[in-house]
Amino acid sequence: MADSNNLTLNFGPQHPAAHGVLRLIMEMDGEVVHRVDPHVGLLHRGTEKLAETKPFNHSIGYMDRLDYVSMMCNEHAYVLAIEKLLEVEPPIRSQYIRVMFDEITRILNHLLWLGCHGLDIGAMALFLYCFREREDLIDCYEAVSGSRMHATYYRPGGVYRDLPEEMPKYTANRFISKSKVKKLNYNREGSLLDFIEDFTERFPSKIDEYETLLTDNRIWKQRTVNIGVVEPERAIELGFTGPMLRGSGVEWDLRRKEPYEVYDLLDFKIPIGLNGDCYDRYLIRVEEMRQSNLIIQQCIAWLNKNPGPVIIEDNKLAPPKRKIMKHDMESLIYHFKLFSEGYSVPEGEIYCPIEGPKGEFGVYIVSDGANKPYRLKIRTPSFVHLAAINEMVKGHMLADVVSVIGTLDLVFGELDR
Amino acid sequence: MANKKYEQLNDLINQHLESFEIVKTKHNTNFTLELKKEDLVAICSLLKETKALNFSMLIDLCGVDYLHYGIDDWETTNATASGFSRAVQKNTIIPDPDEEYQEKRFAIIYHLLSIEKNWRIRLKTFTGNENPPTVQSVTSIWGSAEWFEREAFDLFGIYFDGHPDLRRILTDYGFIGHPFRKDFPLTGNLEVFHDEAEEKVKYRPVSITNRPGVPKVIRKKKNS
Repeated sequence: MADSNNLTLNFGPQHPAAHGVLRLIMEMDGEVVHRVDPHVGLLHRGTEKLAETKPFNHSIGYMDRLDYVSMMCNEHAYVLAIEKLLEVEPPIRSQYIRVMFDEITRILNHLLWLGCHGLDIGAMALFLYCFREREDLIDCYEAVSGSRMHATYYRPGGVYRDLPEEMPKYTANRFISKSKVKKLNYNREGSLLDFIEDFTERFPSKIDEYETLLTDNRIWKQRTVNIGVVEPERAIELGFTGPMLRGSGVEWDLRRKEPYEVYDLLDFKIPIGLNGDCYDRYLIRVEEMRQSNLIIQQCIAWLNKNPGPVIIEDNKLAPPKRKIMKHDMESLIYHFKLFSEGYSVPEGEIYCPIEGPKGEFGVYIVSDGANKPYRLKIRTPSFVHLAAINEMVKGHMLADVVSVIGTLDLVFGELDR
Repeated sequence: MANKKYEQLNDLINQHLESFEIVKTKHNTNFTLELKKEDLVAICSLLKETKALNFSMLIDLCGVDYLHYGIDDWETTNATASGFSRAVQKNTIIPDPDEEYQEKRFAIIYHLLSIEKNWRIRLKTFTGNENPPTVQSVTSIWGSAEWFEREAFDLFGIYFDGHPDLRRILTDYGFIGHPFRKDFPLTGNLEVFHDEAEEKVKYRPVSITNRPGVPKVIRKKKNS
């Protein structure tokens, strides 16, 4: 038999299953993949270099645009790193708010992942269901920050503002009747917290809906069970974190192991897998949504009882109140300096990781004492996970490559930075 | 609690790495070892293989260019005498390919994590004045180093000796230069445009000028 029947196949960069701009050069033997060489960097924007030319606060918005489906978690790592360099502690209420929005973000991310992963493998309806729930959570983003995706809500020293007392409501127009609007607004009469609480009550039954579609579905199992298996030792060697590592059965979650903010006061479980295949990672992410839901409920209960400041009162870091600024000269000066020059951060270097929805999202800042980071390095989980794709798909069929890309949960905004 | 853990780590490092020349620094919970680049691979494999230390995971690897470290755009102490130097771009010097680098220009930073022991450490090594900056690869110790080293090569032009496949990773096909070096302008050197006459996409030198938005200012705390 001639051994020259290898075929080189180009996959992407514009392919619906490539989750953005992934280009794979695949060496195939018939339908079996021999080697994969990912070409990345098509979305490289030089975020780190841009951040080095701007005051610290200006780059918070860039963090949203890294992993554009888990926006606030990225901000969190960056803001925490600055806080550690400055040695400031945000007020406890803002820590709860951050944890709550981190978990909302985790659900947002996992819903998008579930929908797209399902769509890739052929479960069409799931995509629509997932986006239905995402809509409510994105409304929370909008209520709190004014933006549906790129919130820029976390600030060094706290969060930009307190949770709103009112939810934005639908209004009647010539397409939506008054009675329909009343129905749409039924859970928007109270505050944002009431709205989120209503969501957390509804959400577990929605997860059950997704699970009835997938968990015991024969086709779903055929496409995911024993695909892309990673042994625990190998997963550690390859630097996997997050659900990818837990899928292989290693219990490692930074929320538990190196608790930041108030995670050590909250009660939640960490699911781990047995076989390290795509199916286990699916089960883990679904379970993580349930756990996130529980964390959100605990945060709501605390936040409802404990009003207080949400950002520190140091005017060098947080702008003074507008009302005070109108008659207080000193506040006006602080305001001007903060927005024109920013604040100088003491010399030093820090690496600050958080448990993002995809894995360990870390920010490494080298500061030379200036108002800008001297060097900013963003450690993103997608980058590390994609590096292992060659190993994971070797010997699998072409169609399984799609399953593996899905299970890696790639977002090119953060992979290419 | 955390402090006790790091004391223990400190003792273990003293014990296992006593034969090497290292400088230890600690900031918050961040523990840094600065080491000579000749010792890098030996120390890395020791940190991984020693059961008591167990640094099984390479979390991150990145380069740092210390060319402009501690240099600000704006004199804050005697600004009134000479006038403000605001928004004045320093002349960009086109890097000389045979230039001998300052001893402490390029550093490579390794972030290690031990899952079993739950502790982290940062290794830092300078490449010295050789051009191109070269350091031994750690791909044989941690699999995850492969792409990280490709990235550091792409963005900083640091060569990793013993890397199986040292190619560019993030920049464009055919890109010239190493964009994260401090002497590489933020605007880049080339821009792409569509030549109407020839009906094709071509490169030309960038037409925008590099202007800092907010000048870099270093302010010392009053009480220090």
